[in-house]
Amino acid sequence: MMAQQAAAAGERPAALPVPPATSRRKGSLQRGETIAGFLFVSPMLIGVSILVLLPIVATFVLSFADWNFVAGWDGIRWIGFENFKSLLDDPAFLKSVRNNLIFLLSVPIYLLISIVLAFLIDRYVYFKGYFKVAYFMPYISNIVAVAVVWQVLFQPSYGPINEMLKTIGFSNPPKWIADPHYALVSLMMISVWISIGFNMVVYIAGLQSIPRDLYEAADIDGAGTWTKFRRITFPMLSPTTFFLLVTGVISTFKIFDLIAVMTQGGPIGSTSMMVWYLYDQAFTNLKIGYASSVSAVLFLFVLLITIGQWGLQKKWVNY
Amino acid sequence: MAMHTKFDWRRMTVTAVMFALSILFLLPFVWMLVTSFKEETEVFTYPIQWIPKHWRLVENYKEVWVGDYPFYRYYWNSIKVGLATTAISCIVSSLAAYGFSKVQFKASKYLFMIVLATYMVPGQATLVPQFILYRNIGLFDSHLGLIIIGSFSVLGTFMLRQFFMGVHQEFIESAKIDGAGHFRIFWRIGFPLVRPAVATYAILRFIWTWNDYQNPLIFLRSDRLYTLTIAMQKFTSMSGEFYSLIMAAAVSAILPLFLVFVIGQKSVIEGIALGGVKG
Repeated sequence: MMAQQAAAAGERPAALPVPPATSRRKGSLQRGETIAGFLFVSPMLIGVSILVLLPIVATFVLSFADWNFVAGWDGIRWIGFENFKSLLDDPAFLKSVRNNLIFLLSVPIYLLISIVLAFLIDRYVYFKGYFKVAYFMPYISNIVAVAVVWQVLFQPSYGPINEMLKTIGFSNPPKWIADPHYALVSLMMISVWISIGFNMVVYIAGLQSIPRDLYEAADIDGAGTWTKFRRITFPMLSPTTFFLLVTGVISTFKIFDLIAVMTQGGPIGSTSMMVWYLYDQAFTNLKIGYASSVSAVLFLFVLLITIGQWGLQKKWVNY
Repeated sequence: MAMHTKFDWRRMTVTAVMFALSILFLLPFVWMLVTSFKEETEVFTYPIQWIPKHWRLVENYKEVWVGDYPFYRYYWNSIKVGLATTAISCIVSSLAAYGFSKVQFKASKYLFMIVLATYMVPGQATLVPQFILYRNIGLFDSHLGLIIIGSFSVLGTFMLRQFFMGVHQEFIESAKIDGAGHFRIFWRIGFPLVRPAVATYAILRFIWTWNDYQNPLIFLRSDRLYTLTIAMQKFTSMSGEFYSLIMAAAVSAILPLFLVFVIGQKSVIEGIALGGVKG
């Protein structure tokens, strides 16, 4: 009995002709595997179907509707591509998209800082553990708490940052998040501050996989630190950089917490981004159809980046 | 190597510079902590008083924890939602991860592609239909709803699948020969072997749930159900100018995570480095 099962399940003599009896047994075993497989994956599968797949289809359907949530199901009017046409003429939406695109700049900035910090921490400092934790603190901290602290630190008239700037000679420091010209930049700065820890940790892990002999060979050739960084570390980390760049770009399209807590998209729309605009349209103005069309655009942006990533990966990454 | 015997000046200099830079990352937290001990009138004195003149440690924290906006309740809510989400997410994710890596069935590839596809959908693109769904099936404004939303993140499935793939197929096959079904194999062999990975994922999931702002904001309405992040924000808009109290609240919100992080530091950092995962 045991031996038969072993023959059926274990070795799988692929090249040998299979006697009919074993093949039937194999068939029922395969059925058993299929049932077990479905049982194992079904909780997750049912969950994502109801919570993600169904909703994303609904988002696309609703993006063709003019519907105010309070009007009930009868209030739905189907209006084709009207929502998307209005989006193109909606200055607030266009500004949000523009802000999203500007915000992309923060990604290469924090990647650059992270890779330099990772390089230094990995090799050139004492107390590695301390530095990992210190730079990582913002990432694990509650975003609302962090946002509130920065709100206070950036306070225009008596906040510590401006007091300090005044002492060192800036008589008219910027009003930061209260000033339409500086608000977005302020948020970008905070975002850089939060993101460095995470990216640095991933880079440090990437550094472990660079063969030591590359550096030893460079030492023998008399290469300096900068040359080693530029010629070995940077190119060898390009898969990590690429990965972080893509996830970083996608995450800028999802930024919500920081805006919701610090600026609510203001002053005068200067920090509104797509997700904030979506939230505002859906949950403040209750324009479900219109908000869904914003969701659809957001989804398409992320999809394009993902597809573009597959295309670019081969050309750009130095394995 | 000769370098080890003499004092390494360059290394010392880099350490000093990096230390100065790290202050930029820690100072806001120090300011938060110090301010939470202060009297309100001293919050904005300049130059900044790093040691408060008049301590109001007990009063401030008492006000925050048992005052008009009692934090003990929101703490409890956050702990409840965080633990439940983490537990369910770990179970669902490790089951699926085992199914996708160790059970050989035909549909596996296609089903996995479905799961992978959902990963590309930005969470916010599904918010509106989720909200409508929740309103209609009675999960809106309940902790259960919040827990369910957080539990079906496919990230855990990917992460744990990687680890299950590292478990040798021979373990599974020989257990099958001994007559064990997949559930027994999963429970007795698979799960124990990937337990460290599950622990790492659990810590990360707990941190992400604890810090989650968006879902509680959208799916909760009643004050008494608020989790810490939302309570923190409402408290801030309510107490307006009382920054010492707001900072006491902020410290309270960050402290548990700080402890979780310090205790589980190694696995958190390793987990993030390994999967390059992001909540």
